Amino acid sequence: MTDFSEEQLHRYSRHILLEDVGVEGQARLLAGKVLIIGAGGLGAPVALYLAAAGVGTIGIVDNDHVEISNLQRQITHFTEDIGAAKVESAAAKMRAVNPDVTVNTYRQYVSAANIRELIRGYDFVVDGVDNFPTKFLINDACVMESIPFSHGGILRFDGQTMSVVPGKSACYRCSFRKPPPPDAVPTCSQAGVLGAIAGMLGTIQAAEALKYLTGTGRLLTDALLSFDAKTMDFRKIRLRRQENCPLCGSSPSITELSDMEQAVCGLKRRA
Amino acid sequence: MRITINGEVEEFGEQGLTVLRLLQVKKVESPEMVAVQLNGVFLDREGFAATVLTAGDEVDFLYFMGGGGR
Repeated sequence: MTDFSEEQLHRYSRHILLEDVGVEGQARLLAGKVLIIGAGGLGAPVALYLAAAGVGTIGIVDNDHVEISNLQRQITHFTEDIGAAKVESAAAKMRAVNPDVTVNTYRQYVSAANIRELIRGYDFVVDGVDNFPTKFLINDACVMESIPFSHGGILRFDGQTMSVVPGKSACYRCSFRKPPPPDAVPTCSQAGVLGAIAGMLGTIQAAEALKYLTGTGRLLTDALLSFDAKTMDFRKIRLRRQENCPLCGSSPSITELSDMEQAVCGLKRRA
Repeated sequence: MRITINGEVEEFGEQGLTVLRLLQVKKVESPEMVAVQLNGVFLDREGFAATVLTAGDEVDFLYFMGGGGR
């Protein structure tokens, strides 16, 4: 059991007050390790809330640098950060929020070659990436490494998320199988996104990570939560593991990771 | 016949209503961006045209949503 300093007791007092968290739950958070893949719209609120919550080790992966068009929603990045590496910009804010937290930065894209190595050793992974090949790659790697993760996606006024506990609940491939054809995917510049949607969805993902680490409540597994912020309609679609899932079904056809090429936000880029 | 679509019960007169036709009737703009679950079971895209719906079926359209990073 962690010995809390006076300062920590104050810092985490609102968690400690919660019957379901308490001193023990807070100690689990401080011992917890979460990897955030993508330091963008979703990764930013996840990073800040996990740091504020005192998750002891937080990794953040991204190869991009901050651009002015990011600032409408990526709240870890400030105007003065334009041009800086996103992971460094995010890490600086996380450390400023909470010096208790160790932040590991990985300035790289995830790929079939490096993802298993990257996620190994983390307790929970958050998908905050912008493209389908990488979303599938995260799903596949987490299932292969048996690491629970939160999937998230946003577009225009909509958001969706599901949590996956490999071997126990439906994975992303159970329901979505394979990435949609690249020419069917609306580009970010065509479609746009309301900035606050990133916060709505990202904070749900952060809450799932905190629930997992503290063992509180029931995760958003075997369900896809989707919302339309125009009407504020939220809907939970029940999912279940599919016997014929190519990844986690009874006779899987996907047994190793591979990279898929796809146009992203109007740019051709490697997943 | 009554079919539940995305949790809402709807009435359909059409006989031999297929999943493909349902996607058209419901004006799903890009069917490539939708995965379909029929009574809780994933339905292969290749099966959309051949799968005829019957009364009481529950159909879920699961939209691919890819944004979040950049």
